[in-house]
Amino acid sequence: MTVLPYLVAAWIFLVGVYGLATSRDLVHAVGCLAVAQSSTYVLLLSVGYRHGGTAPVFSDVKPGVTVVDPVVQALALTDVVVGATVTALLLALVVQTAKRFGTTDPDELFALRG
Amino acid sequence: MSRRARLCVLAAGLLATAALLVAAVLRVPSFGGPWHPYGDRAVEAALRRNTANTVSAVNFDQRAFDTLGEESILFASVLGTVVLLRRTEDERTSEPRPVSVPATMRRYGIAALPVTLLVGLYVIAHGQLSPGGGFQGGVVVATAFHLLYVAIDYPALKRVRAVGLYEIGDALGEAAYVLTGVGGLLAGAAYLANVLPYGTFNTLASGGTVPLLNAAVGVEVASAVVVLLARFLSQALEIEGGRE
Repeated sequence: MTVLPYLVAAWIFLVGVYGLATSRDLVHAVGCLAVAQSSTYVLLLSVGYRHGGTAPVFSDVKPGVTVVDPVVQALALTDVVVGATVTALLLALVVQTAKRFGTTDPDELFALRG
Repeated sequence: MSRRARLCVLAAGLLATAALLVAAVLRVPSFGGPWHPYGDRAVEAALRRNTANTVSAVNFDQRAFDTLGEESILFASVLGTVVLLRRTEDERTSEPRPVSVPATMRRYGIAALPVTLLVGLYVIAHGQLSPGGGFQGGVVVATAFHLLYVAIDYPALKRVRAVGLYEIGDALGEAAYVLTGVGGLLAGAAYLANVLPYGTFNTLASGGTVPLLNAAVGVEVASAVVVLLARFLSQALEIEGGRE
């Protein structure tokens, strides 16, 4: 099955979006967003894989050896860092929401209050 | 909209997205295939500039400007979190008390701290040679300090961690990255161009500006993680009261 890794990425993304849309707690929603985002790691690394390839680091293998695609690995690194910090920012927003409104259920947060 | 109606809309959207994704996936180049034009060129470019770790070469040399954007996202998120999680007027702070922990755990925490710190600094310094770099090593360095919280208690962590210094460190890391880029302009090349000598392949002094940018990112990420965790910990352990 040569498309299985891509389908796994699509599945993780859809599961994350489902959880995000049906969430009843903002902390859970932030977790679901992280799941949806992690599908991009699977997708990027699947795109970059090459059969028989090793890590694209030439400190212990000779140049010319088959390596996997380093560009998508760099993108995945970017993705992880941005994902982690944005999750922290969202959780900070949830902390403030819980303090102001006394709830983290998005269904109860239907109106903007000052 | 009722919950049921929302679920129907969601199901329709998810099914349509799933169909599009499957249709797209069936036409992409097959998994594990030999055709990686960008990857091959990135490897060539990294080797031309004596950088053994191609991933670092991509992040800090070929795509250095994009990494500046990424660093700025990190910086902005930390700034936003600091603003959001400050103590408001109607809240009080309380001093958390020391807790009693088994002596073995305390000893293990204190023994593991310098080792973890050294590993983190090693990972930052060898970013151009072996897997790792500023982002990964920075997180390890920040973790080292928090071993004190995990193995001992919050006051022990607070004694070694002056948050103000790390806030400055975060800004300095970002500034160092921006100014290293200006170095490229002063040398008559493009912004963030790799203008330093490329050094000897597979030694610490290789890769031109890659180790410098790695160090800047390492300082920023370590400081950012310390500041972020400090804000969340103080919300959980120190700040109480306020509007309910």
